[in-house]
Amino acid sequence: MENRSQWGTRAGFILAAVGSAVGLGNIWRFPYVAYENGGGAFFIPYLFALLTAGIPILIMEFTMGHKYRGSAPLTFFRMAGKKAEWLGWWAIFVSFVISTYYAVIIAWAMKYTVYSFNQAWGDDTGGFLFGSVLKLSETPGEVGGLVAGVAWPLLLVWVIAFIILFAGVKKGIEVANKIFIPTLVVIFLIVVIRAVTLDGALLGLNAFFEPNFDQLGNPKVWVAAYGHIFFSLSIAFAIMITYSSYLPKKSDITNNAFITGFANSAFELLAGIGVFAALGFMAAQQGVAVSDVASAGVGLAFVVFPQIISEFPGMNGLFGALFFLSLVLAGLTSLISICETYVAGFSEKFGITRNKAVTFGVGIAAIISFLFATNGGLYFLDAADYFINQFGVAAIGLIEVVAIGWFFKKLPLFENHANAISDIRLGAWWQICLKFVTPLVLGYMMFGLLKMNLLREFEGENNITGNYEGYSNAFILYCGWFVAAGALILGFVFTALKWNKNTNVDAYQHSDGE
Amino acid sequence: MSTSAIIMMIIGVAIIWGGLAASIIYAVSKARQLKA
Repeated sequence: MENRSQWGTRAGFILAAVGSAVGLGNIWRFPYVAYENGGGAFFIPYLFALLTAGIPILIMEFTMGHKYRGSAPLTFFRMAGKKAEWLGWWAIFVSFVISTYYAVIIAWAMKYTVYSFNQAWGDDTGGFLFGSVLKLSETPGEVGGLVAGVAWPLLLVWVIAFIILFAGVKKGIEVANKIFIPTLVVIFLIVVIRAVTLDGALLGLNAFFEPNFDQLGNPKVWVAAYGHIFFSLSIAFAIMITYSSYLPKKSDITNNAFITGFANSAFELLAGIGVFAALGFMAAQQGVAVSDVASAGVGLAFVVFPQIISEFPGMNGLFGALFFLSLVLAGLTSLISICETYVAGFSEKFGITRNKAVTFGVGIAAIISFLFATNGGLYFLDAADYFINQFGVAAIGLIEVVAIGWFFKKLPLFENHANAISDIRLGAWWQICLKFVTPLVLGYMMFGLLKMNLLREFEGENNITGNYEGYSNAFILYCGWFVAAGALILGFVFTALKWNKNTNVDAYQHSDGE
Repeated sequence: MSTSAIIMMIIGVAIIWGGLAASIIYAVSKARQLKA
């Protein structure tokens, strides 16, 4: 039998999976996506997507990891040989790219945790972020120099990641998540409770929950719900396969997936309540509508929230620090899971120790990440993030379900495996969701994305259409398409390499019913 | 808050947080059954 790392407890695994799923997107993406796509009515497509795509894919990836007990490439290899291995490597290189810029955002959040104590951003929060903190260059594509104010906290982020990953699965990742996740929940609850007791909070909550049922007839709303569930749950990242490969023989699969899926949604619903209560407060203070202040992403976290914190009636510094600390914790637990995918993959492919894989894999990611700490870093980050998510994660998800469901026809085998060890038995619904519902919705989404990007249909200023965010063709080609394609090409290159002779590529797996 | 917003908030919270609570309670009860 292989001497493979294992989670110490079931709770440890669940907390790690939840820690991976709960990330920055739960706090800064979900509230706005829901608000923009029907408000309270969005919960209908959202729950539908969670139950027909999110949790079914989570169950499938947990089953694969548990059955084949390997990193994503080894799992795919053990499932169907070289013709499937590339999918695992593709997912790993997508994760690799994501880790390089994700760490930078955590570094910004770290800086803002400190800035919160004296609201160093002043009155012009946008100018402070882009000018004083990021020292953003004028033109996208211009690298400029390293911004020391971002580089130092970035170094700290990587030191923390190194320490946790060097300590291993049980003593590092599991222990870190057992500390970080409960802390995150407590901190975030304090922030949300304070937010909902602010003047004008009800205004924001009303904007967030007011249902617009007419939107349910719009296919874009359903695609937004599926897209969000997909990006939010850490599926098709190689993460959940890697994490579940560390499960012991006797482990529940199905209920663990339900707990992970619902915990992720529970956190983002909490985030929606907190964010919109705070936005309602800000709108009331400024005498404007919530729609005038509602935003998402970097703008919400680092421009709008500092304004809200400055307008707080008391203890501004404390609540600001708690908000940004929650971003740091949510980000760190996700970053660790992203890095673990390639640590496991490199270790198994080349037969090297875990410590060497951490040094080599995470070390290279750390070095590359400093590109995003330059004057032009935000532009590179934005383009890489968009393309690697849309044409990396979403594309892998689509190909993964089609390949497993239709090409390799492994779903009945996985269903038997999950049913043999789980408390909740899977029925026909699971295979129907994975063979029909998910490929149809993801296929439709992918077609729309390709059309929009290839035909340059993004609406810009004065209703002129162009590239994503109005970037130049050259910038989109080199920083978007090449990055996304690079992950796939590297996936094929690594598949072509031979497995180390010490890696038992096809021997060990948990057989059904064990 | 409008009535419809309150209803949607209650439904959303009940299903999502209720779903999480039910999954955890089920896991705990199954673990206890196994121990007994």
